[in-house]
Amino acid sequence: MGLLTNLRSSISRAASTLFSDEEPKRIGIYGPPNAGKTTLSNRIVRDWTEHGDVVGPESHIPHETRRARRKENIEIERDGKTVTIDVVDTPGVTTKVDYTEFLEHDIEKDEAVRRSREATEGVAEAMHWLREDVDGVIYVLDSSTDPFTQVNTMLIGIIESQELPVLILANKIDLEESSVQRIRNAFPQHETIPLSALEGDNMDEVYDKIAEYFG
Amino acid sequence: MAEVKQRDGVQIDLISGERMDGLASMEKIRVILDGVREGNIVILEEGLSPDEESKLIEVTMSEISPDEFNGIEIETYPQSGGSDSGLFNRLMGKNSPKKLTVIGPANRIETLHKDETLIQTLVSRT
Ligand SMILES: Nc1nc2c(ncn2[C@@H]2O[C@H](COP(=O)(O)OP(=O)(O)OP(=O)(O)O)[C@@H](O)[C@H]2O)c(=O)[nH]1
Ligand SMILES: [Mg+2]
Repeated sequence: MGLLTNLRSSISRAASTLFSDEEPKRIGIYGPPNAGKTTLSNRIVRDWTEHGDVVGPESHIPHETRRARRKENIEIERDGKTVTIDVVDTPGVTTKVDYTEFLEHDIEKDEAVRRSREATEGVAEAMHWLREDVDGVIYVLDSSTDPFTQVNTMLIGIIESQELPVLILANKIDLEESSVQRIRNAFPQHETIPLSALEGDNMDEVYDKIAEYFG
Repeated sequence: MAEVKQRDGVQIDLISGERMDGLASMEKIRVILDGVREGNIVILEEGLSPDEESKLIEVTMSEISPDEFNGIEIETYPQSGGSDSGLFNRLMGKNSPKKLTVIGPANRIETLHKDETLIQTLVSRT
């Protein structure tokens, strides 16, 4: 009897360490439209996978990403250790979508209506992922714009209430109007890491922190 | 809620915390979106929990429809002190400190200024 119980418990212990080692953490890349989420996701994938095919298209037109997209089993090496994560690139979160704004980007009305419909579905999907399906969050902000927005306040509040680990990235530091301090002031309770996802500046620190937070 | 026929003006629904306390999350969201979709400005004395805010965004998205409903504008005072109040409220079993929240149709309400102590909004009639 005792032997059997021991055996069982040691098997289940082995299984649980196996699982915790093998199941990669799912990291959601969140933030407002146009912050550079896809640019960052693509860079992570290019830096750490062999084929390096991109997660999705990057564009100056807001709501370019209209479906949450997952890239699995990205192995990031830090200090001789390997951290495995799944990256989920999400559509930029907003509380409003007006199709006429697409018209300003030289998009025809039919296409604009289609895009806005997809965008609304995508944002709803991103919120759902946040409540149910992610283990950690990278919150990307464009450091050349005002971080004190309602969407940012609400999203950070939602992430905190889920008790998910969150890393704030101040993107686009290559731009002259960039201010990392403004983001630190807005969210003093979290660590903010500056970077340029486009130029690849400060990616080493970004990967250090990803390993530290989500490893 | 008493149906007031739309006259030449903007209807404001000021909803007390007491009234909202008795409602389930989805009922709260319905009260808000029904008001906003009629063109009203909805002011909540005590705001929503983070989980309810998340659902509000999700339901709003599902109701957006071209030339009819563009979504919502929502404002609360930014929380100063960050995790301090968060931790306190978590210890107290609450996710969010009670905060006045203004919600309106995106095409009719525009935030002019906002800081820790003041929210200024411009409401247009159409
Ligand atoms: N200058 C500069 N531009 C950047 C940087 N990162 C991204 N961009 C640009 O910002 C725009 C938006 O980038 P995306 O990666 O598509 O942004 P996103 O957050 O995925 O946007 P949505 O999918 O629409 O929510 C593109 O024109 C990018 O080239 C950066 O570090 N510096
Ligand atoms: Mg994108």
